[in-house]
Amino acid sequence: MKVSLNWLSDYVDIEGVEPAELAEKITRSGIEVDAVDDRSEGLKNIVVGHVLECSQHPQADKLNICRVDVGEEEPSQIICGAPNVAAGQKVVVARPGARLPGGVKIKKAKLRGEESHGMICSLQELGFDGKVVPKAYASGIYVLPEDARPGEDALSLLGLDDTVLELDLTPNRSDALSMLGAAYETAAILSKDVKLPETAHEEAAEPASGHLKLRVDAPEANPLYAAKVVRNVKVGESPEWLKARLMAAGVRPLNNIVDITNYVLMEYGQPLHAFDYDRLGTGEIVVRHAAEGEVIETLDGSERKLEPHHLLITNGRKPVAIAGVMGGANSEVHDGTTTVVIEAAYFSPASVRKTSRELGLRSDASTRFEKGVDPNRVIEAGERAAALMADLAGGEVLAGTVLFDELDKEPKRVTVSPDFINERLGMKIPFEEMEEILRRLQFPYEAVNGQFVIDAPTRRVDISIPEDIVEEIARLYGYDEIPATLPVTESIPGGLTPYQKKRRTVRRYLEGAGLYQSITYSLTSEPESQKFALETAPVTRLLMPMSEERSTLRQSLLPHILDAVTYNTARQTSSVALYEVGAVFLGEGADGLPTEIEHAAGAITGEWSGGGWQGGQKPADFFAVKGIVEGLAAELGLSDKLSYRKAEMEGLHPGRTADVLLDGERVGIIGQLHPSEQKARDLKETIVFELNLQRLLMEETEALLYTPVPKFPSISRDIALIVPKAVQAATLKSTIRANAGNMLKEIRVFDVYEGDRMEEGMKSIAFSLTYLDPERTLTDEEVSEAHNRILAALEAEGAEIRN
Amino acid sequence: MEQQLQQLKDEALQAIASATDVKSLNDVRVKYLGKKGPITDLLKGMGKLPAEERPKMGALVNEVRGEVTAKLESRMEALEEEAVAKKLDAESIDVTLPGTPVKVGNHHPLTRIIEEIEDFFISMGYEVAEGPEVEKDYYNFEALNLPKGHPARDMQDSFYITEDILLRTHTSPVQARTMEAKEGKPFKIICPGKVYRRDNDDATHSHQFTQIEGLVVGENIRMSDLKGTLDRFAKKMFGEEREIRLRPSYFPFTEPSVEMDISCFKCGGSGCNVCKKTGWIEILGAGMVHPNVLRMGGYDPDVHSGFAFGMGPERIAMLKYGIEDIRHFYTDDLRFIGQFRRTEG
Ligand SMILES: [Zn+2]
Repeated sequence: MKVSLNWLSDYVDIEGVEPAELAEKITRSGIEVDAVDDRSEGLKNIVVGHVLECSQHPQADKLNICRVDVGEEEPSQIICGAPNVAAGQKVVVARPGARLPGGVKIKKAKLRGEESHGMICSLQELGFDGKVVPKAYASGIYVLPEDARPGEDALSLLGLDDTVLELDLTPNRSDALSMLGAAYETAAILSKDVKLPETAHEEAAEPASGHLKLRVDAPEANPLYAAKVVRNVKVGESPEWLKARLMAAGVRPLNNIVDITNYVLMEYGQPLHAFDYDRLGTGEIVVRHAAEGEVIETLDGSERKLEPHHLLITNGRKPVAIAGVMGGANSEVHDGTTTVVIEAAYFSPASVRKTSRELGLRSDASTRFEKGVDPNRVIEAGERAAALMADLAGGEVLAGTVLFDELDKEPKRVTVSPDFINERLGMKIPFEEMEEILRRLQFPYEAVNGQFVIDAPTRRVDISIPEDIVEEIARLYGYDEIPATLPVTESIPGGLTPYQKKRRTVRRYLEGAGLYQSITYSLTSEPESQKFALETAPVTRLLMPMSEERSTLRQSLLPHILDAVTYNTARQTSSVALYEVGAVFLGEGADGLPTEIEHAAGAITGEWSGGGWQGGQKPADFFAVKGIVEGLAAELGLSDKLSYRKAEMEGLHPGRTADVLLDGERVGIIGQLHPSEQKARDLKETIVFELNLQRLLMEETEALLYTPVPKFPSISRDIALIVPKAVQAATLKSTIRANAGNMLKEIRVFDVYEGDRMEEGMKSIAFSLTYLDPERTLTDEEVSEAHNRILAALEAEGAEIRN
Repeated sequence: MEQQLQQLKDEALQAIASATDVKSLNDVRVKYLGKKGPITDLLKGMGKLPAEERPKMGALVNEVRGEVTAKLESRMEALEEEAVAKKLDAESIDVTLPGTPVKVGNHHPLTRIIEEIEDFFISMGYEVAEGPEVEKDYYNFEALNLPKGHPARDMQDSFYITEDILLRTHTSPVQARTMEAKEGKPFKIICPGKVYRRDNDDATHSHQFTQIEGLVVGENIRMSDLKGTLDRFAKKMFGEEREIRLRPSYFPFTEPSVEMDISCFKCGGSGCNVCKKTGWIEILGAGMVHPNVLRMGGYDPDVHSGFAFGMGPERIAMLKYGIEDIRHFYTDDLRFIGQFRRTEG
């Protein structure tokens, strides 16, 4: 909402308050002022000129040589390129030494050999937005009324000696979508009175009702309809001051009749519509809902197809306007209009909102109806428009108002105690101060038994409960006055849940292990959504996706992590290690919502260990990632519960993929990307993992108890075996464990060899076994006995023992 | 014999002096002092001497042996020192070469901000509450005083899954769920999480972003408590010199509603490009919980009151670290994330 301070001062005394100071006060007490626009800023030496003569430039087709009276003894010669310049016009002249917006400086100049002492200006050159410039002057100079005096300062004529505040209104403060609303707010802040506009006007003896019949068939959507009839109007340009105010408010002047309805719209926040009485044709207005498929051509020239819940204004036969949204072309006021019907109505916010949204039509009118206009100012606004038409368009207002009125205009009664207000705020505002604020707000109230009984003015649709009064009192008393305290509540210990703590541990661990945390999008394409998923379930799709690429919720974190890896490698970061902790969304769970499960996933590519000038770089491989997962399990106390099993998954290398099992239940996957997948993503060897983190974190672990540090020495023995390649380390380990007895403390693989020196299809694998008895020193004999038992068992299973 | 002894001594001392390393000196020791060496031979040959000469000669031989041994030892010590010095010299390195890199990753800047905020509120006795990212319309809107048809819940602004289910547009549904779960008991929570809105991604918009909201409900919770809490938060997060101010605003779920500005941490309030010359930076929205929200959460607004606040970690990170484009948070460029490792302060 643009508030011209010149205009505002019609209703409230702002004399002596600097615009910037006023803006600050308004912002601090409730409505944010986005901008303070001093419209005269950078404008200097701009006067009225009278074009005495105008002839074509001998050297240039498109230029005119004008002799212009600028109030000096001698006329000035000014070259002008505008197509609409003509002798006899009063125009705006920027004289030599003048300044225009954007730092433009006007100097004497020679144009194709002819001197030019200044410039005749268009409104755009004076800083007006092209959207508000009257169409007649949109592509040329602006022409002032004849009574403008040469040499006179043109800025005040054009309303440029003004400052405009731009209000950024929150949805609850639709009352300030009008000059009067802004005036009430300003008056409350400055503790001033509000002077209402003049609505009195002379009336013809003949009653309007003799010329216009009215029927409202949809009283719920249209509880109030008031029509005034004004005849003998002369349609023409509005006076300068009115055009200037409309342009300051961001409205393009059209003709005096339409300008007046727009002016009153801005003044009262009450949208009005003017019909051409003769074009209406029937002397009747019927408000009803549309018939299925009914069509209307609106003012903007478009055909609109309507539905039965859309509200229409008709002439009894055909639609002439979409109620509260836009007028029809067939009843529009035009240059030859002589009799006007002014519509002032209350249309229900819900109805207008639905209609404007469905038709994609938003206007200054619909925005205000949607929020709810002041029921007590509807009729008054119609009177105001009639008065202006009588005054500015020479109209004759017929007696009375043609009226349908079932609208509830009662103010909302709110009862609130001063104690409640102070308790909610944590303040001690005296009773008298609260009374003073209510007076400033012009909220009628009575103090009954120490309570305020307030009749909230109907212009303030946002006031209905005691808390609203708390806010009104607080914002005008000043939020700076509120002390800073802390809540006095039952002392409840705060903190993270064990789950949240463990999740932080997981993140720290993964970062310590060399991975960077990524955060990727939850939405992906439907085909990508189930790629690499540990568990697939019906996908969750958006009703109206913005693009197919972001249409479906993910069931695995890996696709987007891999996208991020590719993004990095494509930008010269050849070694990338990323992880993410986030939710995947599976099917339909309780309440119809998808089941959200928190996963941890990661991907590593490029050099992993070594590096620097000492060399020894090694690329990432399956075991680097498995080591990270094993470390994570250790961090969570789950080492003994996790195991790994050869697995296959689409997109992963069939020989380098493992399931991660928690007590036999599949909770994750580790694998190298399939070479074709790597190629498709333009990646080198890349290893990924994804874990059902939620499952891991929910697994309860035993309390941490200390085990005494062994007092007796351990004994180590190594075993080297030759076995077929396909024999898994885990199988050999379990054979060893099964035969070792309870002295075996640890088994460690310390060498694997599959190279040229081995027979085809065989590999050598070496274990180091540690025996320990915490109670005593072991003897060589008993260790040897156990060890031989193990060797025998391994041999029985086909392993060759190496010496 | 005396003469022979003298000559032997001279020879030995000469040999000691000319030994250049530990090994050759050891050879000298063996040659002159060993069991088969000339001095031992001399001592053995003493038996042939007249008895009266033996003590004198014995003392003389011992003296020579002592002298040679002492020289030898001191020479040995010198040579050993020399050898160590040589070895150390050979082992010296260029200490200005870089150290072996330690592979460490780091957290995402949003996590850094979120954890910092969480930790502050935990220290003030708050719990961290979480909830689903796909929500029922009821928790996302209705329970927050945004009934169907309310202008602030435009279908166009949200990602709906069905008519009643959508991707949450804020973390406030966690507040509604927590109120239900707490069954009328007082509580203090902070709710961080991902939220989604129908926006085209550009420098200032992201269809997915994060939020942190806080909610305190109890008896006699006052607006001054909100102000005091936010004041401490602002000082903790942005520096002890920060001042805050509250400006009236509007949110459907709070009444009164405010926006909180902090004094600009870059210019201190004199005006700069960060604060757009105003000296103040908008940080968060807050207010007293709307009675309808309390009622729907099972609390009696005549007995209970509460305050709530909400902020965007992206905005805070952008302000704090001078990040100009919100898309950086979701591109996962290591050249970006890698900058958020070190501690501050
Ligand atoms: Zn600043």
